[in-house]
Amino acid sequence: MIQWVELSVFVVLFLVVTVMGFVASRWQRGGGLDHLDEWGLGGRKFGSWITWFLVGGDLYTAYTFVAVPALMFGAGAMGFFALPYTVVLYPIVFLPVLRMWSVSRVHGYVTPADFVRGRYGSSLLAFLVAITGIVATMPYIALQLVGLEAVLRTMGLNGTGIAGHLPLLVAFVILAVYTYQSGLRAPALIAFVKDILIYLVILVAVIYLPAKFGGWSDIFGAASDKLAQPSPATGKPAGSILLTGNNQLQYITLALGSALALFLYPHSLTGVLASRGRDVLKRNMVALPAYSLLLGLLALLGYVAIAAGSKPITNNATGRPDTNTIIPVLFDGQFPDWFAGVAFAAIGIGALVPAAIMSIAAANLWTRNIYKEYIHRSATPSQEARQAKLASLVVKFGAVAFVLFVDPQFSIDLQLIGGVIILQTLPAVAIALYTRWLHRWALVAGWLVGMAYGMYLLYLIPNPAANRAHFGGSALTLDKLTIFGWHPFAGSQVQIYVGFVALVLNLLVVVVVSAVLHALKVGNGADATQGPDYHADEGSKRLRPVADVLTH
Amino acid sequence: MAAREGGSGFRWSPWNLLLLVPLLMLVTPWFNSTDPVLFGMPFFYWSQFLWVPVGVVCVLIVYLRTKGDGEYAPDADERVDDLDEGARR
Repeated sequence: MIQWVELSVFVVLFLVVTVMGFVASRWQRGGGLDHLDEWGLGGRKFGSWITWFLVGGDLYTAYTFVAVPALMFGAGAMGFFALPYTVVLYPIVFLPVLRMWSVSRVHGYVTPADFVRGRYGSSLLAFLVAITGIVATMPYIALQLVGLEAVLRTMGLNGTGIAGHLPLLVAFVILAVYTYQSGLRAPALIAFVKDILIYLVILVAVIYLPAKFGGWSDIFGAASDKLAQPSPATGKPAGSILLTGNNQLQYITLALGSALALFLYPHSLTGVLASRGRDVLKRNMVALPAYSLLLGLLALLGYVAIAAGSKPITNNATGRPDTNTIIPVLFDGQFPDWFAGVAFAAIGIGALVPAAIMSIAAANLWTRNIYKEYIHRSATPSQEARQAKLASLVVKFGAVAFVLFVDPQFSIDLQLIGGVIILQTLPAVAIALYTRWLHRWALVAGWLVGMAYGMYLLYLIPNPAANRAHFGGSALTLDKLTIFGWHPFAGSQVQIYVGFVALVLNLLVVVVVSAVLHALKVGNGADATQGPDYHADEGSKRLRPVADVLTH
Repeated sequence: MAAREGGSGFRWSPWNLLLLVPLLMLVTPWFNSTDPVLFGMPFFYWSQFLWVPVGVVCVLIVYLRTKGDGEYAPDADERVDDLDEGARR
């Protein structure tokens, strides 16, 4: 049944955002949009406020807002890893991000792979980093669609077959067109609306809803009771409101691994490189945790949904209940219709902002590190910009095709894999900011080993609750950890995050192979960067003018 | 280009050590308990919220202490050898 009031509010807010998306091309305009610095990085001049909204809108996506409470709803305390993840994130990335900004600004780098190319003079290593970034980003975009569709289906647009996906398709065509036209300025401007709506909705939700269900004490009581019930599929409790002896290590390594991974994603760096200077970034590292507070509060709404007795909606396209609808269902049942409409618009627009930035980041990678490197070496800046605009369309429609023709569960699995594989670029992208001791061929070897081992371990993980034998999650029981058939922790039921294990092995390989290659005096490529490049700030003469002709 | 091998421009400020403090939040046994309950919320949950301001304060102090540490100097090109002084303006 279609919820007309909710849908009307949603459509009105969506139209406002659409107009803003088109107007954005004229906003803070520099020298036209036919250069990647302009289309792909918004002119590299965003100040503190815009950066805060843009990066906040980029990192805290609709999918996060839908999936984290859903995880709490299904598994309990484990889902709360999102809070430590976003608390340790900023102290960890504070220093490397500043170095990345400076060196990129001096040399005109647009992507992390550009930096690797300059640092090691290796187009192969840059290619691996670019491909990893694109592959990890694609399912992430698809997941934004899953978040958007959860909202649309809750509002009653829950048709079967292709017709059921039509509203999603319409929303995405609009997004694709204004991103094509306005580039990064579109999500930057829309992020203001998105974040204000999200703050409003979540503050109202965490004040109003707990009181309605007898306060936090009753809510935690209800959650504890429900999570303790044995699951019909496994006969074991689904979770608990505290960590157990077996999942504490998973909680720690997942929080740490996710924090290390986040700024390796190309879309995070796009937000960083679009800012004006180092102090803008530093101020943002202080102010961005405001979103973490919000995310923690939102996570607790998963328990509120338990207390409210919310039931996930069955997705008519797949025929299975979709736990990602749990927060929309909670809002639908507990808020007046008009405010539920506002809440849904917040989640819906919350999907558009990161989807736009991610598609721009993937398009930049394609253009700078594959098209320009291998297909059209003499491409002019305006040819690059045109190529990137087209690539952003391809990326977005690829993501739509994913949702239309493939089970959404597949996107979720791929995003899980994405987190594991993007971590494998940490030595080449993040450690290389500090030292060139790691040898370029060692980085290639470590990447290969980390990738292969990570995928192998993910393959080993079953999910009995979903009746799947492989790729059932990111929590590996140490019992299953194997190195060429050797089980160092046989019998242990303690769980650990796969990405972390793969990264440790990757680092080991990189260090050992580097030592060997240095001993054999194998050449380590040319370094286009110099020491002071890593500290250059706005106003410095070292900076390359924005929208300058880029040379590789 | 091998001469550029040491060209990472590494600089150090002791204030940076403060950035390690929030990592203590990852020691789950410290807070994995129900008691003491606050406003009906188990310790596990409300104590982790307290780490948000801890993280903010640590990053804020490092920001204030390293403000303007970037290289503005127009003659920066000539000063490659002076890098380790961490020139504070």
